[in-house]
Order: sequence, then C-alpha cells, then structure tokens
Amino acid sequence: MKQGDFWSGLALAVLGGGIVFAASGWDYLTPEGPGAGFFPLWYGIAMLIVALLLAAQSLRGGTAHPSQAFSAGQRRALAVIVALAITVALLKPIGFTVAFGLLTLFLVRYLYQRTWGVAAGSAVALSAGFYLVFVFALGVELPAGPLGF
Amino acid sequence: MDVISGLWQGFAVALAPVNLMWCFVGVFLGTVVGILPGLGPAATIAMLLPLTYRMDPSGAIIMLAGIYYGAKYGGSTTAILLNVPGESASVVTCLDGYQMARKGRAGAALGIAAIASFVAGTAGVLGLMLIAPPIAKFALSFSSPEYFALMALGLALVSLLAGHSYLKALLAMLVGLWIASMGTDLFSSTSRFTFGQMQLLDGIEFVVVAIGIFAIGEVLATVESPGDAQTLPVPKGLRNLLPTVQDLKDCRFAFANGSIVGFLIGVLPGAGSTIASFISYGIEKAVSKHPEKFGTGVVEGVAAPEGANNAETGGALVPLLTLGIPGSGTTAILLAALVLWGFKPGPLLIADNPSLFWGLVASMYVGNVMLLVLNLPLVPLFAQILRLPPFVLMPGILGVCLVGVLSAGGGLFDAGLLVLFGVLGYAMRKLDYPTAPLVLGVVLGDSMERALRQSLMMSQGELSILVSRPISAVMLCLAAVILFLPVIKRFNRWRTQAIDTSGDA
Repeated sequence: MKQGDFWSGLALAVLGGGIVFAASGWDYLTPEGPGAGFFPLWYGIAMLIVALLLAAQSLRGGTAHPSQAFSAGQRRALAVIVALAITVALLKPIGFTVAFGLLTLFLVRYLYQRTWGVAAGSAVALSAGFYLVFVFALGVELPAGPLGF
Repeated sequence: MDVISGLWQGFAVALAPVNLMWCFVGVFLGTVVGILPGLGPAATIAMLLPLTYRMDPSGAIIMLAGIYYGAKYGGSTTAILLNVPGESASVVTCLDGYQMARKGRAGAALGIAAIASFVAGTAGVLGLMLIAPPIAKFALSFSSPEYFALMALGLALVSLLAGHSYLKALLAMLVGLWIASMGTDLFSSTSRFTFGQMQLLDGIEFVVVAIGIFAIGEVLATVESPGDAQTLPVPKGLRNLLPTVQDLKDCRFAFANGSIVGFLIGVLPGAGSTIASFISYGIEKAVSKHPEKFGTGVVEGVAAPEGANNAETGGALVPLLTLGIPGSGTTAILLAALVLWGFKPGPLLIADNPSLFWGLVASMYVGNVMLLVLNLPLVPLFAQILRLPPFVLMPGILGVCLVGVLSAGGGLFDAGLLVLFGVLGYAMRKLDYPTAPLVLGVVLGDSMERALRQSLMMSQGELSILVSRPISAVMLCLAAVILFLPVIKRFNRWRTQAIDTSGDA
C-alpha cells in the first residue's frame, strides 16, 4: 500500500464530498440557465470518484509500510514553514523589514548553521537591500513597523 | 496585416531603447534562474508579476517572456557542469553534457548547447510568427461551446501528460477548478466556498496561488537537502567554448530535429519542454550511426534536447496568444499577466494589439541573439552564480515571494494564504502530484465555467449544443477519448489476463 496515495486520496474524497454537499445547496438550474451549483456539483462528483479510485488503487499490491517519522530534510522544510508563518504574523506589529530580518537571522543561524556574526550580517544586508530596492527605488508599499520601516 | 509589415512594426517596438532594456533584464534574469537549481522560470515570473502592474504591457511581456526562454539557456549550464538540471527540461542534457565535461570538453558542451538553443529558439519564433496569425483567424468563428470544448481538451491533455500518475494529475486539475470557483458567482451573486471570510468574496488572487505553489513549494523542497554545489571548471576564453567544425557537422540533424520536435510538442498543451527534449534525444539516438555512444558524452546528445527545449517556447506561445489557452504552468502565469494588464487573450489579441504580439515576436529574435552572446563568452561568469551560498539565496527568494504578494495589494490575508499554498505545493511535490494541472485549473476554471454556462444559456439548458456544433463535438470527443484512454487500456489488460487465465484452466 502506498500510504501517501491512500491518505491523500481519502482527503480529496472528503473534499469532493464537501464540494458536492455545498453545491447541492445552491441553484442547479434557473430559468436563465445553469445556476451557481451546476459546475461545482459536476467537478465535485468527478473529484470524489477519482479520489476514491486513487485510494483504492493504492490498496492493491505490495505490503503496508509503517508510517515514517519526519526525516531530517522534512524537519528542515517544516521549520521554514513555521518561520514563514510567524514572519507573516509579525508583519503588522513590527513591519516587513524587521520581520524579514528576523526570518533571515533564523534561517541562516539554525537552518544553515552559520555563526551568529554571519547570520546577523546576512539579516541586516538582506533587509537593507530589500528596503532600498523595493521601498526606496521601486516605491512598493510594504507594511511598516513602529520605527517607520 | 501581413507577416512582413507586422514584423516591421514589431522591430520598431522591440528595438525601442526601453524595450531593449526590458528584454536584456528578462534574458539576464532568465539565465540566472535557469542556472540556479531550485528556482524555475514559473516561480520567477510569478514572483515578478506584481512588479509589472505599473509597467507598459509591451515592455512587461517582453521581459517576462525573456525570463521564460532565457531560463532554458541557463538550465544547460548547471546540467553540464554540475550534473543537476537547472530546470526540469535540462534533465536529458545531463546525460551527455556532464560526460563531455568530465572528459574535459565542458567548453564545447556549453558552446554547442548555446548554439543549439539559439538555432532552435529562433526557429521556434519563426514558427510562432508564421502559424499564430492563421490560427487566430480560424478561431474567430469560435463561440462559447467551442471555447468550453477547447478548454476541456486542453485540461484533459495536460492531465494525461503531466506527472507520472494520471489520477493524481486529474485530481490536481479538479482542485484547481475548486480554487477558481471560490468567491462571488458573477451570474447569480452567490458566495461560494468563502468559509465566512470577507476577503474571499473576490476569490483568491492567482498570483498568491502561483507564487505559493511554484516558488515557496520549490524553496521548501530545496531546503530539504542543504550543501554547496561542486561544479566542474569552465574553460576560460571564447576559443575554448566554441565547438569544433566536426562538432557542428555532427549536430546538423540535431539542430533540425530539436527545432521541429520542440516546436510541435510546444503547441500541444501539457507536453512541455521536458517531454520535447526527451523525444528529440530519443529520435537523435534512433537515427544515429553510433547510438551506443549516447550517454558517454556525444555532442548530438546535447544539441538535440537543448534545441527542442528552446524551440518549445515558440510553440507553447501559439495556443496562449491565439486561443488564450495556456499549456503549462509558466504560460498559465503569462496568461494571468495578460489579463491583469487588461488584455483579453484569444483570437482577437493579435488583431487588436498588433504591437504587443509583433513586439513580442521581434523581441524574441533579439533576445535569442542576446542570449547567445551572454551564454558563449560570459558563461564562466554565469557559472560563478552556482557559488552563491544558499543561506543568502533562500531567504532572498522567500523575501521576494512576500514582497510579490504584498505588492499585489493582497495584504496580510493573502500573505497567510501564500504560506498555505506553499505548504500545498510542497506536499504535492512530496506526494508526487504534478503542480501544472492545478495552476491551469485555477487559470482556466473561471473561463471554463463561464463558457459552459453561456453555452447552456444559448441553448436554454440543452447539453446537446456542446456536441451539435462540429468543432466543439470533435474537441469534446477527443477530450473524452483522452480522459477514458487509461480506463480502456486497463480494462483491456484485465480482459486479456482473464482470457489467458481461462485458457490456462
């Protein structure tokens, strides 16, 4: 059994079912023509069928593998996702430039295992570079923090 | 407007100093992202798209197209020097290119890759220039049913050809259709799939989906395996980069093969440059007098796939600029760009905006010359990009992604969605779901639904309108055959197995 195919197929089957359920609450046909539920109903049904086929196909052949814990590489990717999500959450209170500097600091120090000096230098250089190119030169409006940048 | 006068007008646009600058910026950036493993043209164009909102559309499309075909030149450098494809279409170039470099012929391999890219890239533009206008003229007779059928055929082909699993490609495309239908239905003002979020009433910005799926997804996949690249040395001096006369003689057929195969595959939605380069390599090997030497460092093994890879660009632009139907993730982003700049991609695009179309065509001739110059004498300089430390590059890419979404006017909600789509893009790569069908579903979903509903309004709800018109009937039949082909093949396999079993019994 291919675990990834089985679970992703099942998840998409649930999504397909949800789409069909939501679409059945909207007009299917109106006197003017097809309603808001027409198109979603059909692609929802298609998604449900195809996803179940994928899940069923993954069950055939081979033996079940125990689910693997996150590999080191996947943990690194997960760390980047979490860091990025925190950066987005910090954009409003501290502004883009500082939030992006902190993101760079974290990535260089912990993900790429460079010294604090290299990490801080990279964070300052990249943040300043982004501010100069996008805000100063190109006039892009980015969220500003209490310090005005 | 005939081809000569169109091209004349095009060169007037392309040779304007500002457009020459955008062309150079595009091909330069394209070469850089082509060289960098882990950052493809689709991600780069998606990230830079919001910055083009305030640009003149002719300059903007010239720059974005420059990134598109420039990346294909750059991709070969990484394949030859590092045995890692800079972008997916350069996978085949690794086979003979890296072997040539190991034998001390890196210069000749890089040189022949640049020359093949130039020859076939120029042939692809020639094909685009000659074929696009008549196709657009033919498509003027299309109405909603034909458009719906065309989009259904395009999506079916993309699902069939993208990725390893047909079911997964179909599912990716269906998820794309779902994302496209989020927001307020313009026919009935019904809110669909908004989950009570006001920000979703206008739907999800395409840029957010594209940057998340392509750029963030690629970054996450790249950070999984850290480590600095070890490249083979590039010989210094132009003389050492030029292939010998014998090399050029050996590649005569490869140039033609790459040009024709690349262009034809490019016109086909979904096939893309990776398939074009594989087929071209296969043909080259099949007709070669010494097929056993392929994979050991033969010059034709570099020229054919690199040529096909570059000729594909011209072909891929044909359905985009004549029908408004993209065939790949990158052309889907170019379609979104055209819409954002206020154009209506379709058969009237060339007639209504001749300076845009012909300016683009002429700029591609100019851009190919620029790329030949950039990739022959300056290739040792570009190879230095591979020494750029990833700890600077990755945060930089993440920063450009955030700026891209924020500058598109989406605000913090869209920045949050960017993270979500990044996770989705990463999960798709890990689970082996192709990303192009999803992005195409997002781009085409809205137009496809509109075309279907307009068709059914024309016929007062009769579905037969879709099959009673000859062009839409043919295209829908083809789409149905493509969709059910794998099912029929599987059924046939079961049937033959059953016959064999009963025969044995």
